[in-house]
Amino acid sequence: MSEEIVFRDCSADYGQGNVLRQVSLTVQEGEFVVLIGSSGCGKTTLLKLVNGLIQPTEGSVFIKGENVADCSLTALRRKIGYVVQGAKLFPHMTVEDNICYVPSLERKLTKEEKRSLTGEMLELVQLSGSLTGRFPSQLSGGQQQRVGIGRALAARPELLLMDEPFGAVDEIVRRGLQKQVRALQREMRITTLFVTHDIREACKMGDRIVVMNEGEILQEGTPDELKAGPKTEFVRQLMEEA
Amino acid sequence: MIAEILTILWERRGFFAACLLEHIRISCTAVVIAGVLGILIGVMITKYRKAAGLLLGIINVFYTIPAISLLGFLIPFTGIGNKTAIIALTVYGLLPIVRNTYTGLTAVDESIVEVARGLGSDERQLLCRIRFPLALPVIISGFRNMVVMIIAMGGIASFIGAGGLGVAIYRGITTYNMSLTAAGSLLIALTALTADWILGKLEKKVRRRYEVE
Repeated sequence: MSEEIVFRDCSADYGQGNVLRQVSLTVQEGEFVVLIGSSGCGKTTLLKLVNGLIQPTEGSVFIKGENVADCSLTALRRKIGYVVQGAKLFPHMTVEDNICYVPSLERKLTKEEKRSLTGEMLELVQLSGSLTGRFPSQLSGGQQQRVGIGRALAARPELLLMDEPFGAVDEIVRRGLQKQVRALQREMRITTLFVTHDIREACKMGDRIVVMNEGEILQEGTPDELKAGPKTEFVRQLMEEA
Repeated sequence: MIAEILTILWERRGFFAACLLEHIRISCTAVVIAGVLGILIGVMITKYRKAAGLLLGIINVFYTIPAISLLGFLIPFTGIGNKTAIIALTVYGLLPIVRNTYTGLTAVDESIVEVARGLGSDERQLLCRIRFPLALPVIISGFRNMVVMIIAMGGIASFIGAGGLGVAIYRGITTYNMSLTAAGSLLIALTALTADWILGKLEKKVRRRYEVE
């Protein structure tokens, strides 16, 4: 396994003190890493350092050995799938246009290409092909989130960033999506960085869990390692909930 | 009175048709110029937000100048006739379209823009594919206001020698022919209402298509 993402002594702030403090972390190729911690601990900030939506004030992020600061951000982002809470589908676009959004940034797709890609992605996220022409407002929360995942995967990304993607769906839908995303990730072997504040979700999905608090990484390891040997009271309490 | 208006409209239909066509031509020219300029300015000031307040303030000042005075101010520079009328109508038309373009673009949900950016859109794609379509209902609403205002205000353009239905109104006033004035006014009102109705339909369609629910 090779190193896919490397955070080296990364700090970041929004002008009101550091949100991230000297964070270092390595994510291996094909790995599913979950970032967990309370609100404001810096997990979303860490995620956004990968696709350059936030620039580190100190330190560097490397993707496959290449410093993100030296990359063309638009080109880089097109290779990275991005899923957020509530899906945030483009409300003025149909399901088809949402799914084909990233590939169509590079070149105009033919109708046939769009139809075929949409069909493939809808099948992948287990949605009916009849939804192709619908607008996001005509979909349920779970369907929107599945389309959001399809949109992120449509350009065959090398990396997948998921920022509390199931935060806005009910428990039943959430369980289905968790299984589905994990299965897809294993099948496609996409390196995934997943943010959540739900420890049960983290244990269920992650190959490795990274526990964060106040801009620092407290501990990282497999769910079993964290359960067996929590290094801090915060981690111990967190793992008790799992 | 109504019978007199209808009679004069029928008897002098050739004259009114020519005036109406000229009115539409002048209004359309001003609408196109103000529309293009207004949207461009609106887009530009979203990039330079510090300048937005100042620029909107300047346009607002033009808006407060009485139309007849603005026409008077322009005569020394651009003379009399359609050209001056089109410039004055364009200046008046700018405010609603600039303001609505600016408001529409700045009101777009930033979390959606951030996702589009995170997926690899460049600035042009963000504007053309995300911000502008999402702002379109508000922009069209401003465009609708602008069109109605330009058509209605086009009536006074005849005071500086421009054509249009204002010619009928002006001739009616100077010859004490109330029916002629009323017929010209009625046609302006009908033209403005028709444009408003058509654009209202378009706005409704766009809102249904583009608006976030």
